[in-house]
This record gives sequence, structure tokens and C-alpha cells, in this order.
Amino acid sequence: MSHPEPGAPLGRLEGQLKVTGAARYAAEYTPRGTAYAWPVPATIARGTVTAVHDTDALAMPGALAVLSHHNAPRVTPADDPVLSVLQNAHVPHRGWYVALAIAESLEAARGMAAALHIDYAADEHDVVLTEGHARLYEPELANGGHPARREHGDFDAAYASAAVRVDATYTMAAQHNHPMEPHASTAEWDGDRLTVYDSNQGSTKVRDALATLFELRPEQVTVVSEHVGGGFGSKGTPRPQVVLAAMAARQLRRPVKLALPRNQLAAVVGHRAPTVQRLRIGADRKGGISALGHEIITHTSTVREFVEQAATPSRTMYTAPNSRTTHQVAALDVPTPSWMRAPGEASGMYALESAMDELAVALGMDPVELRVRNDPAIEPDTGKPFSSRHLVECLREGARRFGWEERDPRPRSRREGSLLIGTGVASATYPVLVSPSMAEACTVPGGGYRVRVNATDIGTGARTVLAQVAADALGVPVDHVLIDIGRSDLPAAPLAGGSSGTASWGWAVHHACRRLRALVMEAGGAETPTTTLRAFADTSGEADAESPYARHAFGAHFAEVAVDADTGETRVRRLLGVYAAGRILNSRTGHSQFIGGMVMGLGMALLEGSTMDPSFGDFAERDLASYHVPTCADTPAMEAHWIDEDDRHLNPMGSKGIGEIGIVGTAAAIGNAVHHATGVRLRELPMTPDKVLAHLN
Amino acid sequence: MRPFGYVRADDVETAIATVATEPDARFLGGGTNLVDLMKLGVERPGLLVDVSRLPLTGIDPVGDGKLRIGANVRNSDLAAHPLIRARYPVLSQALLAGASGQLRNAATTGGNLLQRTRCLYFQDVSKPCNKRAPGSGCPAREGIHRDLAVLGHSEHCVATNPSDLAVALAALDASVVLRGPDGERTVAATAFHRLPADLPERDTVIAHDELLTAVELPAPPPGRSAYRKARDRASYAFALASVAAVLDVQGGTVREVRLAFGGLAHKPWRATVAEQALLGAPATEESFRHAADAELAAARPLRDNGFKVPLARNLAVRVLASLADANHMPQLGS
Amino acid sequence: MATTSTPPVEHRPTASQITLRVNGAAHRLTVDHRTTVLDALREHLGLIGAKKGCDHGQCGACTVLIDGHRINSCLTLAVAADGAQITTVEGLSDGEQPHPLQRAFLDHDGFQCGYCTPGQLCSAIGVLAEAADGHPSHVTPLPGTGSGAPPPGSPVPLTSSEIRERMSGNLCRCGAYTNIVDAIEEVAP
Repeated sequence: MSHPEPGAPLGRLEGQLKVTGAARYAAEYTPRGTAYAWPVPATIARGTVTAVHDTDALAMPGALAVLSHHNAPRVTPADDPVLSVLQNAHVPHRGWYVALAIAESLEAARGMAAALHIDYAADEHDVVLTEGHARLYEPELANGGHPARREHGDFDAAYASAAVRVDATYTMAAQHNHPMEPHASTAEWDGDRLTVYDSNQGSTKVRDALATLFELRPEQVTVVSEHVGGGFGSKGTPRPQVVLAAMAARQLRRPVKLALPRNQLAAVVGHRAPTVQRLRIGADRKGGISALGHEIITHTSTVREFVEQAATPSRTMYTAPNSRTTHQVAALDVPTPSWMRAPGEASGMYALESAMDELAVALGMDPVELRVRNDPAIEPDTGKPFSSRHLVECLREGARRFGWEERDPRPRSRREGSLLIGTGVASATYPVLVSPSMAEACTVPGGGYRVRVNATDIGTGARTVLAQVAADALGVPVDHVLIDIGRSDLPAAPLAGGSSGTASWGWAVHHACRRLRALVMEAGGAETPTTTLRAFADTSGEADAESPYARHAFGAHFAEVAVDADTGETRVRRLLGVYAAGRILNSRTGHSQFIGGMVMGLGMALLEGSTMDPSFGDFAERDLASYHVPTCADTPAMEAHWIDEDDRHLNPMGSKGIGEIGIVGTAAAIGNAVHHATGVRLRELPMTPDKVLAHLN
Repeated sequence: MRPFGYVRADDVETAIATVATEPDARFLGGGTNLVDLMKLGVERPGLLVDVSRLPLTGIDPVGDGKLRIGANVRNSDLAAHPLIRARYPVLSQALLAGASGQLRNAATTGGNLLQRTRCLYFQDVSKPCNKRAPGSGCPAREGIHRDLAVLGHSEHCVATNPSDLAVALAALDASVVLRGPDGERTVAATAFHRLPADLPERDTVIAHDELLTAVELPAPPPGRSAYRKARDRASYAFALASVAAVLDVQGGTVREVRLAFGGLAHKPWRATVAEQALLGAPATEESFRHAADAELAAARPLRDNGFKVPLARNLAVRVLASLADANHMPQLGS
Repeated sequence: MATTSTPPVEHRPTASQITLRVNGAAHRLTVDHRTTVLDALREHLGLIGAKKGCDHGQCGACTVLIDGHRINSCLTLAVAADGAQITTVEGLSDGEQPHPLQRAFLDHDGFQCGYCTPGQLCSAIGVLAEAADGHPSHVTPLPGTGSGAPPPGSPVPLTSSEIRERMSGNLCRCGAYTNIVDAIEEVAP
């Protein structure tokens, strides 16, 4: 293998393992003597466990133990209260774990769980988010540390006096991450040392949480996460399965394996919270925006405050001298929401970019031109210059590739039999996030280099791209580099989340490799030095330094849809994305990430959403038969392209994150295409046939 | 799942005799629904009598143009059979509109007809459901019911039957062969599934000790036939509503018509009112719409499923119109 | 034939001794009747290739070939599969030589996290065989309708829309579908 060009489409290093079935995921470790656990969710929406009747369950063949708050090991609360499972009798929401059945076999554990009888004292519950909900309040901060409220100028006056106004409210049902691999852990104690094989997006963080919970030093805990079957945010934080598995393994003094059942995930691994978003945009007749209001209503649980930061993209996207962006949240008796791919941006840009389309229609202006017209020179909220911003170029390039010019802007202007055809556009954005990381590089006796960093590959191609970064920094062919990731006993690293993984890990890898290269040079430059040379990097203070620049990736999405006027079925025919996301470090895996985000955006637009059951307090659609994620037949011709950006204000690789921007704006582009096809403006996701048909007939 | 016994039946008689003497025994076919429901705790058999290897696998002409389909014929094999494909296209299309390739390879003809509703409350043993636990109540009526019945439901149950195959069989005037300890009986497909009334726990008229051994198709009706299913996603989803239709038009007039709806009721809904309205009527969209409306006048939608009424009407008009003129429906997403 | 071996619980045996022939090797094992083929492979035989994504036939990650047909191994009881020939992803390659589909998935980046991949591969092998056998899909034109309808029983050409429909029983949350379709198209005749 020769020294590849930066961005070369190197195949995934673990690809062979994945296509042969040899890649081992968390539930696929079975140490000798492994017992199996099955979790038991609460069947009330709020209240107290009053009794756990386990006689029948323990009488079953193969039964080993039942853990509940009566007998589970006590743990020291960690940062995240969702990890304090089986510590008391309180039930904060339906689906909260109240017991764990453990048996010699998986079948027996499942049978025990079904045979457990649990008594509750149920309290009144309140689970339905409404616009005027009495429990709504304005928090100090939304997720990501963003202020809940920002105001510039005089929004009310500017909006009132604007020549053209759009005032629209968009609602979105809750969405669920549903990675293909359910959350799973296999835990094993050796004296006071704990090893867990866990499915997560960052095992340094899982290790630290376990150390806190079980009062261990971090070095007493090893978390192995070599292959992870997707996460999309739901594995960004430690989840109850790892605590339960570790508790059970300690109690039973034998290894315990716990894979969460699919239909329990919606209650315990987070979800994208439902939102009600009011958008008000005031503009002059040429499309110049003078007033922008973006107000969010959402829910959180009583366990933990998590506020979907959906108004934040409106602080970055367009020139708006007068603006108001706010968040309100109600703490209901619902499962705790959390990160789902592009939290904030995915929801917020659906609303903002739909409203921009409504404004374009109101102005009789091309929606691409409207966005170009309002492209700001500096970030509206902070006044900082952009480190790079090529939204306009993305829109122009996308329009060219998509054939946007040929579009007849009149709604309902294309028909094929009963099919109404339309096209739509939306912008995309995602912030550049980065965290400090450590990494180590050393020479290998006999030749080559070894790089160690506790990165996690959840499907992004992290292993591969880090090898490329290392090879580039070392100035050697990539097949001279061995890369170790996915174990918490490697140099500590942040999680694969916020599209920050590659930037964070790569920065440290780059530094370690550059230092090692210097050491090799000092030692005479031999490829195979006689002694092992070793270099270490820690980017604390550097990666997390405040930047004088506003740093974001941008993009543009174009969609073509066919809406069946008889049935309301909407199918996407074409999706095209163009991105400006710094330097793309591997064109093959990068392309896959963009496309993958777009597929999830398609799901968000047309398929995905669960209903909060008012009587029972759970999400009604909890399995993959009722919660529809896109199938192969739903995914059309898809294209992802990018614009080369040379941005020196990012990191040594010049990269922005790419894992999330593909989902951002996709739903709006599809919704705008539905409007173009039908003349109907749906302001509610997902746009399922029942909703579409209601407007067509 | 609680532990259970298992026996593999060597012949039909023994299988039936075994189940007849064991109140908690169930026949196991392809397992695609039964095993699913056992994992959910909805089905709790003490004994499975595996009938999946019984030689009920023929697709054979049995005189008078009839075709007898063994209960163990896999959905995928039935859909692909040249006789079915050529003479009963509605049946092939219905099967291929259901589930996934993998599931169709395992699911049997008999099992398909005996699958249970996908009502979310029926599948969740932590909640009341009159079908699963008679007398416990029906939370779906006021709860989550977008996918549930608009026709023929009762105060006790608003579930829908999820089978696509059953809808085509209803339109084809097929019959179902049931074998019990005392012999065999044949039931019209339209009478095999029930409306819930005050016995929602009973989906069909089959008795505990009866084995569904075959489906019989009468000679293909004159005219053409088609199946169309509306669903949330492009594949691998249950019907929001579906239509199976057979139509014969001579000189612009409807000579014969069979119409059945899926996804609207506790059973495949044979649209006899619409059929009556269409016989002898001009084969026009207007007639089709009028007939569909006449049938659907009986609909009693719940709070969130009123869309099914125009959806079913539009589907019926579309399918009948496409059968009336040889043009084909455009493909979505093509 | 299944032979019962475990002492009765209540009044009936709840486990049986069976033989599974997996990737050419016969395995004799005693299984709880509740054990699915998927769990038998993963927990008893150490064959972790087939994945558990939903355990209810709703995702396709567990797809294996039983007697040549692709099925959801999570809904197939092991005891009912006694004597069956099972092919899992571990059995696809010919020694060191990967199956052409495995090669094509690598070439087209037909996966990201890899968790659905074994099921996608086994399913794709089933699709190739089914199409070659003339099995139609939802998007195959009916005979006699013109527009390129294949005569009944003759191989169905695997266009991209045929592949998309036929592969829809295998969910991929990473959204690698277009790459998967490209990979299968490359191998399809």
C-alpha cells in the first residue's frame, strides 16, 4: 500500500471482520460461567413499587436471582441519575427498571421476568406535552450549554412592521435512535477489578461512571467496546444495562450478560424529545429578513432536565438584526430524552427551513435565492467571523447538480397519473465541536508504528480514518500503522458524538505521531529503530480553547418526492446533499456518513415518530414493526457531494464533523417538496399517509 | 416464555388427536407469529405440536377448475407458483405485499390466515385487552388506534386482521378446509374470520382441536384481478388499508365484481354492498366511487382513524378503474 | 428426529437433543424448547455472526439460510430445525476466498457499524437464488402485462428496484442501503 493522498477512500480496516461475522460486539463475549439477565420495566407511569413477589420466578428451572431495590447493591450516584437503577422504590416513568431476573440461560431469564409479580402504588401521571402546559418553564440552559434565551434588537417591533410575515408552528413527535445493536453489556468481576464489554459511544466515560457508581479507582475498571452496532446518540452516555450487568455480576460472583430487549429501548436509552416550534419571520419585499423568532416547547422527565436545543440554529443561519430564540420545557412523567443524531439542529432546522420555504412562497421568491440573500457575513448571535462558511456555494452547487433551474415553482404543477411530483430545498448546518483527547504513538520492534487512543468506531470508520491521520503525520504508508481503539485502558478519549470524534481523537493522534516522527528523526530516522520510541499527546487546553471564530459545517439538501393523491403515501425519489465540512478525511467512509444521515432524515420526514400514550405513559410504538425506520425500498437515488474547504481554524487535519449534518434539513427539504407537489403545507412530522390524505381530500 | 413440551407430528390424525387432548397445546407451523407472541407472553402454550413437516405442501387441481393449496405451502412458494401467478394474480400480489422475503419463506398458508392482530395493546401483556384477557377492557378505543378498525368493530374490540392473503381469498370466494377429530369441514373464507362482537378473543371459527389443512380456490373468476395495499413505508409494513378486487367488464358494463378490503376490520371485509351497486352498472370511476361510498357508509371511525374511509374508497376506485382499463398503476418512487 | 432426553418438568420434557448442521458441520446439542436457532447459534455454538437486532422478525439482522432459504432465525425454534442445514455468514467464504458478495460489500462500503451486515449478506444470497428460481417480488410485473414481465418460472432480472424491494426485510439504521444495492447489483447476473 502506498502512502495515500489525504482523503483517500481507504476501505474500513475492520471491514473483513464485519463481512465474515468475526467482529465481536458487546453481547458476543461469553466468559466461562456466564449467567443471563433480563430486565423488568415498571408498568405504571408514576408511583412506587410496594412489593416484589419473586417466588414463582425463583422456582423456575435455571433461576439464579432476582434483583430489585430490596437487594441490589447500593451505588454512589453518578452524574446521570438514570444510572441509579434499583436503588429505591420510586417509579418516575413507565419502563423504568424495577427488577432484574438472572438465570443460567437466556430463555430462563426471560421466563423469570415474565413470572415476576410486582405490586405498585400508582400516582396520577402527566405525560402529554401541550402548548399551554402548566409545568412549562424556561430553563437556564438548553442541551450543549446553550442559553435558553437569546434576544437581539427589538423582535416584536421589527416583526410587527415587516412587509412580509410568516407565523407558523411546527410539531414533531418523539423519535427513537434504534441502533441495530441493542444496548448490551457483559460484566465480569475479578476480585475488585471489573471488566465490562459494553456497547457505547465512548468507553472512557463509561469507565468513569462505573468507577463512581461502584466506588472504584478508574484503573480498576476496564470497558471494552471494540465494535459497536450504531448508537446515534443513544450510546453517548452510559446506559442502565451496564450498571445492571455489573451489579448482577457482583452479586452472583460470576459473569453476567445483559442485552436490552428492543421493545424496552424507547424507555431507557433516551429519545429525541417531541417539540412544538413557533417560527416567526419578518422580511422586506426583497426577502431581507429583519425579524426572526424561534420559540421551542419540549418535554423532559422528572429524572433529569434535558432540553432539546432546537432554536440554536436560528442563531447562526441567517442575517436577522432582530431576533428572539427561546426554549421552554415541561418536566413530565415520561422517559428521559437525550441525544439523537444532531440534537437541536435536526429538530430546529426542520422548522426554520420549512418556515424559510413558506417565506419564499409568500415573497414569490426562489427559495435558494432567499437563502443566499440572507447569508450573513458574521455569525448573527455572537458577532464572530466564520472560520469558513460556504452555504451559498453548497446551495448553488446542489441546485446545479439537481437541475433546480428547470423547476416550475408553482405548487401542484407536475402530475404523473395519481402521483403529484414536487421538489424542495433546505439548508443544513452543524457546529464544529471538539474535545481534548489523549493519544500515544510508538515504534514497533521489527518495523511500523502503533497508535493507541480510546476512540470508538460506531460505524463512522474512526479506526480507518485515524490510521490515515497517523500515517499522514508520520509520513509513512498507512499499512505501517497499527491502530488500537475501543478499550478504556487506552489513552483516555472523548466519545463518538456531536460529530466531534474524528477531530478530537485525530488531533491527539496527529500530535503524538508528529512527536514520534521527531523522535525517530532524532534517533537517526531509521524506520525500525532498535529501541522502542514512544510519544504521547494530550490536547487539553488546546482543543478546548475558545476560538475567535464561529465554526460550523454547512450544507444544502435537495429532494424530489412523489405523493400519491389517492392514498397520501409519500415516497422520496431523489435526495441530493452538498456539504462544506472542512477537509473530508476519507472520501469513502465520509460519503457513507452523509448518505446515512440523509436516510435518517428521510425517516424523520416520512416515517418516524412515536405516540405518547396518555393513559399508560409510554411510547406506543416501541418495536421495529410499529416504529418505522426506512427500509431499502424507501431509499431512492441518493447523492452526496462536498466542497473542498481549506479552513485553518479547526484542527491540524482541517476537518469539521460529518456524522450529523446529513440529517439536518433533510426533513425540511422533503416537506418543502411535499408542499411543492401538493400545494399543502404540512407542519407536523412524520408526514404519514393519514396526515397527508387529510389535507388532500 | 414458560417452558413447554414439543412433539413433531408424523401425521395429521395424530397431530389433531394430541392437541384435542391437551387444552394448552398449540399447532406450530412456520412460527413467525406464534413464536413472536410467545416471546411477548401473549401466547403461553404448554405443548407445541409441530405440524410444519406434515406433507400439506401441494398446490393441486382438484376438478371443476378448483385448486387446493396445502396449509404448509410457504407464502413465497404460493406467490411464485405459475398457476397462481397466471390465474390468481390478486393472490400473488397480496402475498408479495406482506412482510419480508425472509418471513414469506417461513410463513405458511395456514399460519398466515391464523395470525393475530398487531394491535399494540393486544401485544403488551402489561395492559388490558379483551382479545387477550377477556373482560379486561379495550384501551385502544380511546387510546392509540390509528391503525385499527373502522368497520364492524364492537365496544369490546377495535382490532384489525393483519393478513393480506386473507383479503385476496375473501375476494376470490375461496374456502378453508378444517380437520378435527370428527372429520373435515369446509368454511367459506369470508366466514372463517369473525367480527369481534362480544367474543373478541375469537379471531376465527376454528376450534382448538381443528387443524387448518388446506385452502381451496374456485376456478378463476372471469375478468381480471388485482391487490393494492397502502402503507406507511414502501415495504415491510402492515396495511393502513388494502383492496383486493376482481372485475369483469363487458361492453362497458360491470358483469361481475368481487371487492374486499383489508386493514379496516376484524376480518377481511367483503364489500357486498358495493358489489351489488356495481353489477350491471357502467364501468366508470363515478360508479366505482359511488359503490365504494355505499359500502363505507357503514364505517364508524374512531378519533384518529377517519382517514381510512377516504383511503379505502380511493384505493377501491383506483384498483377497479385500473382493472377496467388495462393501464397499470404507476409505481411510487420509480 | 428429535429425541427427548431431559427429565420432565411438570409432565412433559421441555428440552430435546437435536442436530444442527451448520456450515457443513453437524452439531449435536440439547436445547431448551424455547431456544431459537439464533440463540442456539450465538449462545450454544459460539457462532456470533447472525445478529440479534429485534428478536421478533422485524429487522432481519438474524437472517440465515436454512435448507437454502433465507429466514429469520430469531423466530425459528431450534427444536423445530432439528436436522436442518444452516448456513450463516461464517460459512459464506470458500476457505480464505471471500464470497463475491462479501467482496462487493467491502468494495462498495455496504455497511457502517456492521451489525446488520451478516443478515444483509445471507439475505442477499437468498435473493440471488430466489430471483434465479423465478420467484417474483412485489415489484415484478405480472405475466401477460407486457413491460418486461418475465415468464413464470424464468429468472427475474435483478434491477435496482427489485433489489431494494427484496432486501427490505433487512433494516440498516446506518443507512447504507444505496451501497448495499450497488454491491448486490455488481454480483447479480
